[in-house]
Amino acid sequence: MTEPNRKGDVWVIAEQNDGQLHDVSLELLSKGRQLADTLGVRLAAVLLGAKVQEHAQRLVQHGADAVLAGEDNRLGHYQTNPFAKVVAGLVQKHRPQIVIFGATPVGRDLAPRVASAVRAGLTADCTDLDIGEHVEAHTNRKYERLLYQIRPAFGGNIIATIVNPERWPQMATVREGVMRMPDADAKRRGQIMRFTPDLAASDFALKILEHQSAVRKVNLKAARIIVAGGAGVGGKENFRLVWDLANALGAAAGASRAAVDAGWIDKDHQVGQTGTTVRPALYIAIGISGAVQHRAGMSEAQKIVAINADPKAPIFSVAHYGIVGDLNRVIPMMIDAIKKRV
Amino acid sequence: MPYNLVVLVKQVPDTKRITGDAMRDDGTVNRGALPAIFNPEDLYALELALELRERYGGRVTVITMGPPQACQVLRDSLERGADDVVLITDRRAAASDTLATSYILSCAVRKVGQEAPVDLVLCGRQAIDGDTAQVPPQTAEKLGLPQVTYVESVEEIAGGRLRAKRNTGRGWERVEAPMPCLLTVTDQGPEPRPASAKRIMAIKRARSRAELQGEVAAAMPGATPEAVAAEVEKRAAALAARGLLIPQWTLDDIRADLQWCGRDGSPTKVKRIQSVILKGSGFKKVEPTKEAVADMVHELIEDHTIG
Repeated sequence: MTEPNRKGDVWVIAEQNDGQLHDVSLELLSKGRQLADTLGVRLAAVLLGAKVQEHAQRLVQHGADAVLAGEDNRLGHYQTNPFAKVVAGLVQKHRPQIVIFGATPVGRDLAPRVASAVRAGLTADCTDLDIGEHVEAHTNRKYERLLYQIRPAFGGNIIATIVNPERWPQMATVREGVMRMPDADAKRRGQIMRFTPDLAASDFALKILEHQSAVRKVNLKAARIIVAGGAGVGGKENFRLVWDLANALGAAAGASRAAVDAGWIDKDHQVGQTGTTVRPALYIAIGISGAVQHRAGMSEAQKIVAINADPKAPIFSVAHYGIVGDLNRVIPMMIDAIKKRV
Repeated sequence: MPYNLVVLVKQVPDTKRITGDAMRDDGTVNRGALPAIFNPEDLYALELALELRERYGGRVTVITMGPPQACQVLRDSLERGADDVVLITDRRAAASDTLATSYILSCAVRKVGQEAPVDLVLCGRQAIDGDTAQVPPQTAEKLGLPQVTYVESVEEIAGGRLRAKRNTGRGWERVEAPMPCLLTVTDQGPEPRPASAKRIMAIKRARSRAELQGEVAAAMPGATPEAVAAEVEKRAAALAARGLLIPQWTLDDIRADLQWCGRDGSPTKVKRIQSVILKGSGFKKVEPTKEAVADMVHELIEDHTIG
């Protein structure tokens, strides 16, 4: 794959896990829709699974013009080789100009395999995508309407914009939770193209002996308010204060990596680059210093309250309200104020 | 049955210790200002390889690609127990993106496999400088090997098949993969052993030719290139006699097609780098008093953030 195909579609590779459509697929459709509209091309989704009809319709309702829906009983549970073979085959046949995957464990396993097979570039873990021009410094050549693949790098200390000027398709994985989820429009119509993938028994190299999915106990992405605690909370006992404030507000409890690593709260509650990315109406950060990895996961919150004993904590750089003080005193004051006013 | 195990490792800047000094004014990173370390998850891949060798026998070969100073991770690997190490170093490999890097590494694994077929390739899940996790699956694809990513443990190898437990993010999976295959290992794998003190003493003098070149040139200022080359050869021969010369391969040695290497072989280009700028718009300072906290809560209720 080398020649850019300017008429090519924008593709979203949808993900389903044991029959459930992953939220990130719908989030990608909202960004994919913008990109396709900017370029004046179609937005298509690729969906593979044991059953595809119902989810294919959902993908249409969330913005896809077309769905390439490959059905095979053996595709109910993800494994690398057959999925990569089918997606790479479709890319070579239809020549989309942009292909985006969710940066989930599955997407990050699949996308590089596909990119290597079609010899295309791939950018990992993007937090934004856009269309724009580019002048290549070495050749001074100008390229129009390329995909800007925007991602944090170097432990989150820099933001890089990556382009693929000449060798297409332009491929990227996109982090969960950073794009808005579009609303479903039941009236939307699209073309669902069902097909049976050409797969042999030898394509299923792996035998999945056993698998278990833990149900996430919390859904931070859906929470309107998140009260999160970090290392500064000081201990598991004291983490009670975080829960108390969360309960007073009807909020979800979140945590920094330090609090999770210390065993004060379950990993499902982790916010940040290696946890969940959230954009709630209110984020209250308690005893969280605000390492860049954490800020990357919460700085899009509409309002941020930071409570920290250290006035130099970087969390204050993204805060709207900052309280420098002892959380053991401040949190009861907040709970008190909330109870009196609400 | 003994296995031929290859581990791919990377030397990375310690991004956890980044400070303002490491960022240049133009927003690019001054890698020289950061300590260079063994990529953390690659240590887990090495440990898993060493444990498999202890269980089943075989050899552990560690490969890294990078500038001469990347030899430090190879010495580190030898000190922890690796049998063989190889440095891939070549100016034409500079500016390789993940696709080009995986191509070069796949050529190197193929070359190792010419002596004895490779049974297993192990990699860390991802490197902390880029966090992409792309190179291992791309390398597996180029070698035509099945991949098992996010491995936490290998239960057994038997009958040409390997059983591993992997983390799926939502839970776990036990899988059986045919050999040869490629694994990526997470930091939930077996805890890396420290280097053995005895081996450190033996190995600290190990050098590659590229390192010797730098050392000799610095030690003999004003010497002719011929004199420097002669001294490098002399030192290399002395090290080789004691088994301390770290092998070094160029792109020609691994028969890499240059069109897939370096800048030319890399479809992705960096358009722009910005250092992360703090919002700095200033926040409203709330005193830790009952009244001030109550006022803030009131404001949040007023603007419908709460309630």
